[in-house]
Amino acid sequence: MKLDLNRRTFVGAAAAGAAALSAPRVMGAGHGKPKVVVIGGGAGGATAARYIAKDSKGEIDVTLIEPQRRYHTCFFSNLAIGGFWDYDKTGHTYDKLAAEYGINVVHDMAIDVDREGKTVTVMSGMKFDYDRLILSPGIDFVAGSVNGWSLNDQDVMPHAYKGGTQAMVLKAQIEAMPEGGTYVMVAPPNPYRCPPGPYERISMVAAKLSRENPTAKIIIADPKPKFSKMGLFTAGWEQHYAGMVEWLGPDFGGGNVAVDPGAMTVNIDGEVVQADVCNVIPAMKAGRIAEIAGVTNDKGWAPVNAADMSSKVDGNIHVLGDSSQQGDMPKSGFSANSQAKVCAMAVRGALTGSKVFPAKFSNTCWSLIAENDGVKVGANYEATEEKIAKTDGFISQNGEDAALRKQTFEESVGWYAGITSDMFG
Amino acid sequence: MKRLLLAAALAALPLAPTQADQAAIERGADVFKKCKSCHKVGEDAKNGVGPHLNDVFGRKAGSIEDFRYSDDIVRMGNDGLVWDHEKLDIYLENPKALVSKTRMNFRGLKDEADRADVIAFLRAYSDKPQNIPESAPTEMPSDPSVDPAILALQGDPDYGEYLSSECVTCHRADGGDEGIPSITGWPVDDFVVALHAYRSKHRDNQAMQLVASRLSDEEIAGLAAYFASLNE
Repeated sequence: MKLDLNRRTFVGAAAAGAAALSAPRVMGAGHGKPKVVVIGGGAGGATAARYIAKDSKGEIDVTLIEPQRRYHTCFFSNLAIGGFWDYDKTGHTYDKLAAEYGINVVHDMAIDVDREGKTVTVMSGMKFDYDRLILSPGIDFVAGSVNGWSLNDQDVMPHAYKGGTQAMVLKAQIEAMPEGGTYVMVAPPNPYRCPPGPYERISMVAAKLSRENPTAKIIIADPKPKFSKMGLFTAGWEQHYAGMVEWLGPDFGGGNVAVDPGAMTVNIDGEVVQADVCNVIPAMKAGRIAEIAGVTNDKGWAPVNAADMSSKVDGNIHVLGDSSQQGDMPKSGFSANSQAKVCAMAVRGALTGSKVFPAKFSNTCWSLIAENDGVKVGANYEATEEKIAKTDGFISQNGEDAALRKQTFEESVGWYAGITSDMFG
Repeated sequence: MKRLLLAAALAALPLAPTQADQAAIERGADVFKKCKSCHKVGEDAKNGVGPHLNDVFGRKAGSIEDFRYSDDIVRMGNDGLVWDHEKLDIYLENPKALVSKTRMNFRGLKDEADRADVIAFLRAYSDKPQNIPESAPTEMPSDPSVDPAILALQGDPDYGEYLSSECVTCHRADGGDEGIPSITGWPVDDFVVALHAYRSKHRDNQAMQLVASRLSDEEIAGLAAYFASLNE
C-alpha cells in the first residue's frame, strides 16, 4: 500500500485554509487590539494560543495557523503501533479553541515571515499582521542525513516521527512482515524530538511482534553510544523480549549506515541486511518556517532567551518546543507545553502590562516498555541568563514492582488526557 | 481473653519488652478502643469496616487482597507507602496527610503520646516491626504535621491560578481522574497537607515530590485556594 500522503495533506490543508479565510474577521485590522500570531498547533503552539486567549480575556487578538484540521499527537503514537492505544484517540481538532476561546484558527501553511513589516504569509496568499509572533513548528528532517534516504522514500521506509498517518503506515508494514522477518531502525543523532521515543518505539514493535510474529528480529543502528532511559529499556527488552532486540551502537558500526529503499537493504558498517521493515528516523532541525524567518543558527535550531522564550535574533518572535535551542530541557511535548505557558505570560505582560511571574519549567517523559510496564523520567528547570538550566530530577528504577510500573503507565494515560485538554481546551 | 491474646503475642516477640514498653503497650490497648469498631487485631482477626492490623508493620499500604480499599490508598501503596513507625505516626495524626481520599473516616490522634502508645500496641502484633526509634519516645521522627500557622495562610487564588498551569498538564482542570487523581474542588486543608507531605517526601510519588520541592508555603496556599475554588 502506497499513499501519497504528503500531497493529499497539502491539498486538503490549502482547501481548508481557503475556507477559513473566507471569514471576514480574519482580515480585521485596526481594532487597536494587540495581535499575536501562533504558527504550529501542537503542544507548544496550541497551548500558547489557548493561554493567551484565556488569560487576556479578549484583550489580545490570537490567530493560530496550523495546516491540519485534525492534529495527531506524536506522543502515544508508539502505543498505537504496539496496540496499546487507539490511533484515532491521538487525533484532536481545534473546534474548542475557535468556539470557546475566540482564537482565529486558520488551517493553512505559513510560508513566509516578514520581520520588518511584522507579517506572516500563508500558502493561500493571505497575510497576517502581528505584534508578537510565536513559532512552534516542531521539527523537520535534515536532508541527506541518512545515506540513500529522502523524504520521497517515507512510504517505503517510514520515519513515523511526526505524528499522523506515518505511524499507521509503519504499523501496516509490521503486520505484513513475513514470519521471522527483520525490522531495522535507523536511530537519529542528538539532538532530536522525544529522546526516549525511538526506544519506546522499539519496545512497542517488540510487543507487537512477540504476539504476532515471535521469531522476528529487531535491529537498531544507532550513532549514539548511549540513549535516554537506556538502563530501563535494555533491562525491559531482556525481560520481555529476550533475544529479539539487537542494538548496534557506534562501536558496532551503528553510526555508519546507508539504506537502499528500492532493494529494502540497510548497509550497517559494510554488512548488508535485508530488511522487511526499515524505520528511518533522520537527523532533525527546527521546523522550516523558523529557518525562513531567519531565527535559526548554523545547527538548524532557534536559540532563545530562557526567561520568555524570545528569539535571540528578534525580540518580537518567540520560539517554543522542539524548534528552540533553549538549554537543558529535552525536546518533548511536555516541555513545549511548559515553555508555552511561560511564553504566554511574557507575551501578555509585554502587550497588555499584565503581571509577569518568574519563569518555571518542568518536564516528565513517560515511556511504555511492555503491557503495563511504564517508566518515567522528569526534571525541574529554571531560567538563567545563559539557558534553561536543570535544577533537579528523577528517573524510574530497575527492579520496581509490577504494581508500580502498571501505575506509572496509568499515570501516563492520565497525563495524556491532561495535556491534550490543556492544549485543545 | 483479650489479655491472653496479648500475652501470647508478646511472648512471640524476639526481645522481651522492657517495662516501659509494656506500659506503653497497655496504654496503647486503651487508645485502640477508638479504632476497634472498624479494625481488628490479634489471633484470627479479620477484616471489618477497616482491614485487620496483624503484621501491619512492613505491610505495603492497601495490600490485603480481599479488602476493598480506596483508590487513593492503593495508589499510595504502589508509589511506595509501607507502614512503619514514621508513616503510621503521620497517618494516625491526620490520615489525609498521607492519603487524601482515604476511606478511613477518622479525624486523627492529635496527642503524640497517644499515637506512640497505640503504635507500640500494634507493634506487638507484627512479626517484623522495623524502623522503631531506638529509645522511644524521646527519639521520635521529625514532626510531620503541618504547622497551624501554615494551614492558616490565606492563599491568593489569582497567584494559584498562575501556578496551576504546571498542575493541569497532568491533573485535568475539569476534574477527570483517569490514571491521575483529580485535585479540583478539594478542601483547602487536604490540599495543603498533601503537598507538604510530598515536599517533605513523606509521600512517595517522584513526579509530585519534584513539583512540590520548589513550592513555597505561600505558593501551596495559593494553589489550594485556587483548586478549592473550582467546581467539581
